[in-house]
Amino acid sequence: MTPPTGAAGEGRRPGVVAAAALAQTLLAANALLVLLPIGFMVLSSLKATREIFQRPFALPVVPRWQNYAEVWGAAHFAVYFRNSLIVTVASMALILVTGTLAAYALGRYRFRGNDLIFLFFLSGIMVPIRLAIIPLFIMMRDLRLLDTVWSLILVYAASGLPSAIFILTGFFRTLPPELDNAARIDGAGELGILITVLLPLVRPALAIVTVYNIIPIWNDFFFPLVFIHQDRLKTLPLGLTVFFGEFQTNWALLFAGLTLAAAPVLALYVVMSQQFIKGLTAGAIKG
Amino acid sequence: MAGVAVGTRARSAPRRVPYRIARGLWIAAFLAPALLLFSAFVAYPIMTAMAYSLYRWDGIVRGGWAGTANFRRLFGQYPYSERMLVAFWHNAWTFVLTMIIQNGLGMLFATLLAAGGWGARVYRAIFFMPVVLSLVVVGFLWELFLNPVWGAVNKLLALAGLGALARPWLGDPHTALVTLILVNAWRWVGFPTIVFLAGIQAIPDEYLEAARLDGAGSGAIFRRIVLPLLAPQVNIIVILTFIGAFNWFELPYVMQGVTGEPYHATDVLGLLFYRAAFGAVDTGNPDVGVGSAIAVVMFALILLTSGLGALYLRQREAEA
Repeated sequence: MTPPTGAAGEGRRPGVVAAAALAQTLLAANALLVLLPIGFMVLSSLKATREIFQRPFALPVVPRWQNYAEVWGAAHFAVYFRNSLIVTVASMALILVTGTLAAYALGRYRFRGNDLIFLFFLSGIMVPIRLAIIPLFIMMRDLRLLDTVWSLILVYAASGLPSAIFILTGFFRTLPPELDNAARIDGAGELGILITVLLPLVRPALAIVTVYNIIPIWNDFFFPLVFIHQDRLKTLPLGLTVFFGEFQTNWALLFAGLTLAAAPVLALYVVMSQQFIKGLTAGAIKG
Repeated sequence: MAGVAVGTRARSAPRRVPYRIARGLWIAAFLAPALLLFSAFVAYPIMTAMAYSLYRWDGIVRGGWAGTANFRRLFGQYPYSERMLVAFWHNAWTFVLTMIIQNGLGMLFATLLAAGGWGARVYRAIFFMPVVLSLVVVGFLWELFLNPVWGAVNKLLALAGLGALARPWLGDPHTALVTLILVNAWRWVGFPTIVFLAGIQAIPDEYLEAARLDGAGSGAIFRRIVLPLLAPQVNIIVILTFIGAFNWFELPYVMQGVTGEPYHATDVLGLLFYRAAFGAVDTGNPDVGVGSAIAVVMFALILLTSGLGALYLRQREAEA
């Protein structure tokens, strides 16, 4: 095992060089293990099925872009995409608006019950909400929300709130109280202080909350599986299972569908991997 | 929700509504939407989920009080008792193997990356990449790769002259669960890597420098200094891995179906819970009572572990 920090003082002993070479080999091997399956998926998506079976590791003779057109048309992918987008954007908006308001109250005002309410929200942070799927199902049925995007939006928003409020309240508390007082003396109202003075300052925390929630919501499979039955309301992960059932033997289309489903998230990740890494590990890393 | 203003004591400008009351109303208005959402769609359902296990059920219509009957059926009546035990061991095995393989590799990669060699930032970004992918995409992708006849995995083995090792990875009861665990690790390994890496990078250089001057080798430095200082990170990863392992659902569902094929070789508590609630365990109708009892058992397991973990973390922080 190599030393945890650069071994500057140790000179160039052969052992150090060998360790560095071994480290590079292991890291490169794992990078390949991650990238090759993804690359192979894209490669296969541009072949004909027979080509995938007969010459799996060769480049496509002629790239078959029509695979994508076929998937997009035949398999309701456009509908699944639109549903996923609606559900993700709406739940994220609800989390950000209601979470910011609550965190503002908890982080900037002292009042009786403050700690208790904060703890109440916090208690939801580790709770695996899926275990409540039976009462949620019955509740959604009674509210006539089964088979609507609202069933998903409400559950995602509610279960995203604890972490959002935890992160945002912590952030609000670090801002100096003079900010509010000065604005108040200038005649700003309570909501005005939040919007004009504090909101610009908590933007980094809002970004973390967004990344932390948006990927799990976009990727969720469990709640649509239970709540959504009409094909025209299915989100991308659930739609993908329909698609796999329909095209079982047409591997070219399957790979094209997988690539299409993975593309938006992967493209975003390539552009802002640092923000994704920071946001998604926010629960496990402090600071 | 009236109280004493702390940051705002100084102001006394007259208004139509006394400031204290207006302030209380504002606070209530700020809190109300979040409180309503969270109470209605998280807190209340979780509490009722626990309560449901104590009632008789006919389909999804609640009947009379059942006491512990659902639990007694879950633990004592075939097929539930057998399925439950099998699923529990699969979850436990998933936790253990994930700890060893995924988090062991995560620790190795974190240590290598912390050395700051060539391309550390790029590697970091690559390793984390599958974490953003949907488990449905990951599951289907590997299902195609692992296809016994046409899949890339067996073809690669044949190409490498290891054709004898080729097998129906997902169809063989002996390899199915381990294969799922490996696919899961492929998706997740970047996560512990990043968490451990952040922990290692937070260790003050002086500690390592001093140890090195005392002649400690890199193995000793890792065991005596790095690992003990990483205890909080390790603790968090253990908790998250435990929750993940006992909540496991997507990957087994997508790759092995709702019964955990072949022959329940990949059956886990999440699948069993889903079948009891919405499908059927073996033959028969959905059994919401037993389903709720499974949820309570899973909830207790997860709560106990994350509670103990949080307690341990707080204790360490108090010591530090």
